[in-house]
Amino acid sequence: MSMNKPQDFGTPASEASQLVTLEIDGFKVTVPAGTSIMRAAASIGIDIPKLCATDSIEPFGSCRLCVVQIEGGRGMPASCTTPAAEGLKVVTQNQKLADVRRGVMELYISDHPLDCLTCSANGDCELQDMAGAVGLREVRYNPVETHLHAAKDESNPYFSFDPSKCIVCSRCVRACEETQGTFALTIDGRGFDSKVSPGQNQPFMDSECVSCGACVQACPTATLMEKSVIDHGQPEHSIVTTCAYCGVGCSFRAEMKGEQVIRMVPNKDGHANHGHSCVKGRFAFGYATHKDRITKPMIRASIKDAWQEVSWEEAINHAASELKRIQTKYGKDAIGGITSSRCTNEEVFIMQKLIRAGFGNNNVDTCARVCHSPTGYGLKQTFGESSGTQNFDSVMHADVILIIGANPTDGHPVFASQMKKRLRQGAKLIIVDPRQIDLVKSAHIQADYHLKLRPSTNVALINALAHVIVTENLLDDAFVNERCDVASFQKWKTFIAQDIHSPEASEAITGVPAAELRAAALLYATANNAAIYYGLGVTEHSQGSTMVIGIANLAMATGNLGRDGVGVNPLRGQNNVQGSCDMGSFPHEFPGYRHVSDPSTHQLFEHAWKTELSAEPGLRIPNMFDAAMDSSFMGLYCEGEDIAQSDPDIQHVHAALRKMECVIVQDIFLNETAKFAHVFLPGASFLEKNGTFTNAERRISPVRKVMSPLAGYQDWEVTQMLSNAMGYPMNYSHPSEIMAEIASLTPAFAGVSYEKIDELGSVQWPCYDEESTGTPIMHEQAFMRDNGKGLFMLTEFVATTEKVNGKFPLILTTGRILSQYNVGAQTRRTENNVWHAEDRLEIHPHDAEDRGLKTDDWVGIKSRAGETVLRALISERVQPGVVYTTFHFPESGANVITTDNSDWATNCPEYKVTAVQVMKVSQPSEWQNNYQAFSEDQLELLAQSAGND
Amino acid sequence: MKIERLIKMANDIGQFFNAESDKDIAAEGVRNHIERSWDPRMRRELILYGQQDGAALIDIVKVAVSRLDPV
Repeated sequence: MSMNKPQDFGTPASEASQLVTLEIDGFKVTVPAGTSIMRAAASIGIDIPKLCATDSIEPFGSCRLCVVQIEGGRGMPASCTTPAAEGLKVVTQNQKLADVRRGVMELYISDHPLDCLTCSANGDCELQDMAGAVGLREVRYNPVETHLHAAKDESNPYFSFDPSKCIVCSRCVRACEETQGTFALTIDGRGFDSKVSPGQNQPFMDSECVSCGACVQACPTATLMEKSVIDHGQPEHSIVTTCAYCGVGCSFRAEMKGEQVIRMVPNKDGHANHGHSCVKGRFAFGYATHKDRITKPMIRASIKDAWQEVSWEEAINHAASELKRIQTKYGKDAIGGITSSRCTNEEVFIMQKLIRAGFGNNNVDTCARVCHSPTGYGLKQTFGESSGTQNFDSVMHADVILIIGANPTDGHPVFASQMKKRLRQGAKLIIVDPRQIDLVKSAHIQADYHLKLRPSTNVALINALAHVIVTENLLDDAFVNERCDVASFQKWKTFIAQDIHSPEASEAITGVPAAELRAAALLYATANNAAIYYGLGVTEHSQGSTMVIGIANLAMATGNLGRDGVGVNPLRGQNNVQGSCDMGSFPHEFPGYRHVSDPSTHQLFEHAWKTELSAEPGLRIPNMFDAAMDSSFMGLYCEGEDIAQSDPDIQHVHAALRKMECVIVQDIFLNETAKFAHVFLPGASFLEKNGTFTNAERRISPVRKVMSPLAGYQDWEVTQMLSNAMGYPMNYSHPSEIMAEIASLTPAFAGVSYEKIDELGSVQWPCYDEESTGTPIMHEQAFMRDNGKGLFMLTEFVATTEKVNGKFPLILTTGRILSQYNVGAQTRRTENNVWHAEDRLEIHPHDAEDRGLKTDDWVGIKSRAGETVLRALISERVQPGVVYTTFHFPESGANVITTDNSDWATNCPEYKVTAVQVMKVSQPSEWQNNYQAFSEDQLELLAQSAGND
Repeated sequence: MKIERLIKMANDIGQFFNAESDKDIAAEGVRNHIERSWDPRMRRELILYGQQDGAALIDIVKVAVSRLDPV
């Protein structure tokens, strides 16, 4: 094993199709026009010395180390900023060039500490490398003034900024601008006083820095250095794997020292992230070895009992015998399982296999139930496939970007950076969101329209957009006639043209001025390429599926499908939402979204799995809770999901969990659900297992074991042991065998294998055969429906039953923040808490004034479902009448307030709309007091187990 | 399971399909959706409610429930 560091070509690749041939040091080389001489040289193994150039950012030409000579040309141009041209003859090494370079290096080194042996970068420093490359042997200068005593900035928890080592190459500044798009860094001062400055000469933590790590990655010295490297030294080998946070699915090189992760470095060859990262993936991996990890199996008879540590064999046998006992007592359908988008594809596949074949029912569901299940339904109905249509890179061809109910800079930060790059190039932006997200206005970004609608009125808004397009004759008739079901289109056209859908009529519902909406519709419909990106602000509504269908209708009507730069793009919340759904973790569908009653599919799986399978849909997650309350669902196997924190109307969830006779939790921590459990099976973090994740663009990427599982087993092995104990044999020896089975049973995965993933780095499904390298853009020739035609569906606006009134006059909506992830089980156990240590309630100044509130006041938030208490944050980001909170901390009890209202088609909860009252209080809510006591008791019962060890 | 909850879920489905002007097609949409996505115990209780009373169901849902296969 080695570090396998990718080559740095110095400048980005040119995408030109025209080729030019030149000669460098006597060697001919042919490259795309626009390629720098530096890159052309690097491509044939000639490394021109460089410091301010790196291939992730545009060339700058400041360090003068990369100078070359060109036959017939004047002077010594910088090879990084000089494009290759036909017939050029370039010399990269001669005495004159060597003298210049040595002189440049001498100046740099005269103001640089000579502490190489004790420097954290030792062995990984481009300045050190260049000193060697130019043959620097002495420094003649003895400067009176230097920067050698400049003070370090240690404010960021993950990296250190040591200006004494800075060579002011601006790579960090340019990375912050070009790669991340935050513009938090600048070069302050001139000449000798020039220095890298976060914000207005502030410490990093006080600046706009979002801690993405792009500057650290770009730094050629130890000026910006990971604290983990400073503490532990340089890594000695690396393994490529995939991030376990959001649905972007960034590729990383886990840089290791033995079995210790020293740092996670974004993989330049990663097709989803192209070498970029965010604060979570880049730095927040410490949870994997946190002291809270539980590494021994445990059982107990009742949740009032102390946990008892037992052997794996005993835990598995106990779990199996309990599940069998419950089936004997309550019936075959009285047990089931919940998988998670935090699980790998292979884990989800064998989990649903265990439930369908081993439990003998279809009571399997996944956390996509509470996030993107409406996407699965809506896109399957209209396009024929439950997935987004594009790859991420497609955004670079979009002329108009329409973001609905998503906050990419917080939820999908790496993709947001790519999107911002396109916006800086001139793409137009329409945002549909009740709240002012960062993209509405941030550095060099300004939305052309922000349609600030009232929560719960999405469908009225999308209908109004479509109404304008239909009545203003902005349809793409050719696309509709050729690619869509024309009869359904005609019916939809008549429906949507009705006056009740006009912007003027819908203004009273949505609160969006008709003229603004008309202008936005015009902008979307007249773009060459218009792309829609959406998130949970679309799906987590009582009409979530209707809205997804409305989005699909809009894209079809304007012909914005089937090519680069367009499409319908659900931004998936967690890393493997797409994959967990693909793998058959919905109770009505086998892998590949095929209904359990479909005769040929049913037969296929019965034959492959050699057992009888149920053809009836099973229980969805909320149905499981309801069934538990009437004693028809009494045993649950829950892997990687924390339903006791993440699901709505949490008091109902807790009551259901208390009612069950056996709750088995497989997780890396004693999460909130585990506090209601009877069996705890310790899980493995993403660093401890092999498998694959599928991101929001259908990209199947490798997850690779970089350290041994702390509890001894990878999660798929645990599920396999349980299956065998239940009497349904499984004998996989590696997850690649599970993927082979997936491929054999699922047409869209037929050409997927570990060999292909390793060879290509990742594969986007559909991948129908061995020759296929995957499908970046879907529906290019035909839709995936049986007749190949896109289906228009009617989308009547139906007001939610969750209405404001005198008692509950405000609407609460929820979301996430950049530094924390979902229920926070991972990120709360990292230094990310310095950015967000508690959930706050954002409230508009008018509503705050009415209630006599100021920032930091404790406020009670009461809904029809329950009450909790948070601290207030007065903010104009929310509109009057709307309040907002995140849900990353269990003690916040955000889901004590949310109700059991859900999407009509999928039961996805209506998290985004809860009528509430807010008032100043002085103490936590009764629920919070009770839950704190319960939680403390449970931790004590856990401690007793540890004490027994 | 609480019948009130099942009625609400069924009526929510009905309100989506109600946009269809041909109410026979609309009812068929509701039936098909419930048949393909509801666990048998949920369908059983809804069928029973439809047979015994059904008053709280909107019209097309009543028709749809009457068409559900016995469980």
